[in-house]
Amino acid sequence: MTEGRDLCDRSASELAELLRRGEASSVEVTRACLARMDALEPRLNAYLTRTDDLALEQAARADERIASGDAPAVAGIPLALKDVLSTRGVRTTCGSRILETYVPPFDCTPWARLSEAGSVLLGKTNCDEFAMGSSNENSAFGPVRNPWDLDRVPGGSSGGSAAAVAAGEAVWALGTDTGGSVRQPAALCGVVGLKPTYGLVSRYGLIAFASSLDTVGTFTRSVRDAAVLLQAIAGKDPMDATSLPDPVPDYLAALTGEVRGLRVGVITEAFGEGVQPAVAAGVRAAVDRLADLGADVGEVSLPHTDYALSAYYLIAPSEASSNLARYDGVRYGLRVEGRDSVEMMARTRGAGFGPEVKRRIMLGTYALSAGYYEAYYGQAQKVRTLIIRDYDAAFARYDVLVSPTSPTTAFRLGEKVDDPLAMYLSDVFTIPANLAGVPAISVPVGLDETGLPIGLQLTAPVLREDLLLRVADALERELALDLRCPAIAGQGQSGA
Amino acid sequence: MPVEIDIEHVARLARLELTAEEKERLRAQLGLILEHAAKVGEVATAEVPPTAWAIPRVNVLRPDEPTPSLPVEEVLANAPEVEDDRFKVPKIVEVE
Repeated sequence: MTEGRDLCDRSASELAELLRRGEASSVEVTRACLARMDALEPRLNAYLTRTDDLALEQAARADERIASGDAPAVAGIPLALKDVLSTRGVRTTCGSRILETYVPPFDCTPWARLSEAGSVLLGKTNCDEFAMGSSNENSAFGPVRNPWDLDRVPGGSSGGSAAAVAAGEAVWALGTDTGGSVRQPAALCGVVGLKPTYGLVSRYGLIAFASSLDTVGTFTRSVRDAAVLLQAIAGKDPMDATSLPDPVPDYLAALTGEVRGLRVGVITEAFGEGVQPAVAAGVRAAVDRLADLGADVGEVSLPHTDYALSAYYLIAPSEASSNLARYDGVRYGLRVEGRDSVEMMARTRGAGFGPEVKRRIMLGTYALSAGYYEAYYGQAQKVRTLIIRDYDAAFARYDVLVSPTSPTTAFRLGEKVDDPLAMYLSDVFTIPANLAGVPAISVPVGLDETGLPIGLQLTAPVLREDLLLRVADALERELALDLRCPAIAGQGQSGA
Repeated sequence: MPVEIDIEHVARLARLELTAEEKERLRAQLGLILEHAAKVGEVATAEVPPTAWAIPRVNVLRPDEPTPSLPVEEVLANAPEVEDDRFKVPKIVEVE
């Protein structure tokens, strides 16, 4: 199906097979990605830091390992990392002026595991500042553009990772998902985005935003690739006390293509007002295909969906205001001098943080302050309980739940920057999974009338990534879409 | 109705210097966001217990064994100002 494509546009699983058979080398694949970056980066701005030399060095080493016949599945496949994931010796900015020159002295665990397994790092991807945003317009280093339409946003906050994978600037990528920051950009860029169960993937070295919600997730070109990449990073890490001790199953074994008798619940609330008709129609059509395959489809209500957004915009900023207290001009990052320590801190933070980060720090500080804590933060935590109960009731009747990933396809740059509430609504269907800790995946199911990708979200119970991957893979096979974004249509066999 | 906020007070708590224009904009935006967020009070009744972590874990322990620390020079390399093996900060208390 992908014959004739550049190496950098193929799936990781396909490339792994080519590498194993000696029909391509990791150095060739890496060069193809770097050439694509040379061609498209001036327009996309998906990367904040490129690591070309490191990538070619790692690729050469991976080729030796593959030739010796002893190479893990991810060896030699070029990867991009969202710039909130710490990389030893490689600048990590969080898309913020306050960390513009920060060089971590250690690796985050997901990259440490991938690096150990022979992965190749192409660079660090652009994102909303401290992962706060839904359009990537909050990066201090300029917005990322959507490779499907350069006047539109790639989604956020992991917009750079999503755009890079869609445009062949990386074969796959890691991002982070606190309220939808993997799934929403995956939907808007037409790639697969997986947010695992809270605690399945270690967050050691992930620069914290909202600690009770943050997860590390994957961007890939196929569901199979998502299974392979998740396998490589999942599992208990002694460095992260919130990482789960449960054994990690074989995710590839879940890809049976069989959904007969599986109970699929379509979330009623996710097809109401504010959902673009083409998105609702695209998701419904995909659900019909699941029914054709023998799935048992029904409707299910999550009655507190409406309140999830309100709860999230109290809980996440509260945790952020506390986590971001560490940027005080003392141990790392920017310092703006003042008469004393307190003035130095206030000036440093005033100069170093952008508008959305300031908004959330203020919101969280207010919600946690004396006299308001119970009315805002305390009440939001109760809503969280109600959201979890909604899921418990739904999963008593259904194996997986379906909704659109985002209410609309990619919107225009600048369209929502002056209206924070409208921007926040972009995550209305992704936020509940973070509040409940359950896993969810976004898969492309087609294009709208203007040729922009539509994402369908599947949600499963805690630690049932196997179910998510099984249904998503079956749907992907059944739809057999051959998505190719316009930004790469003009690219020849460059570097391949 | 939009919520009224004492922006000066909150900015002081957050150790965040804001321009007059930023304060004005935040006063308006936070008022609207909090008005929307206050919806949580409609359903969060007394009998619903709060959830802090979706997947709670209690007493996560590890063996208390010494392991190597990060190299001091690498850690200090990111600091805005260093003296000997220490982070240097501006004056905190007045000394006669």
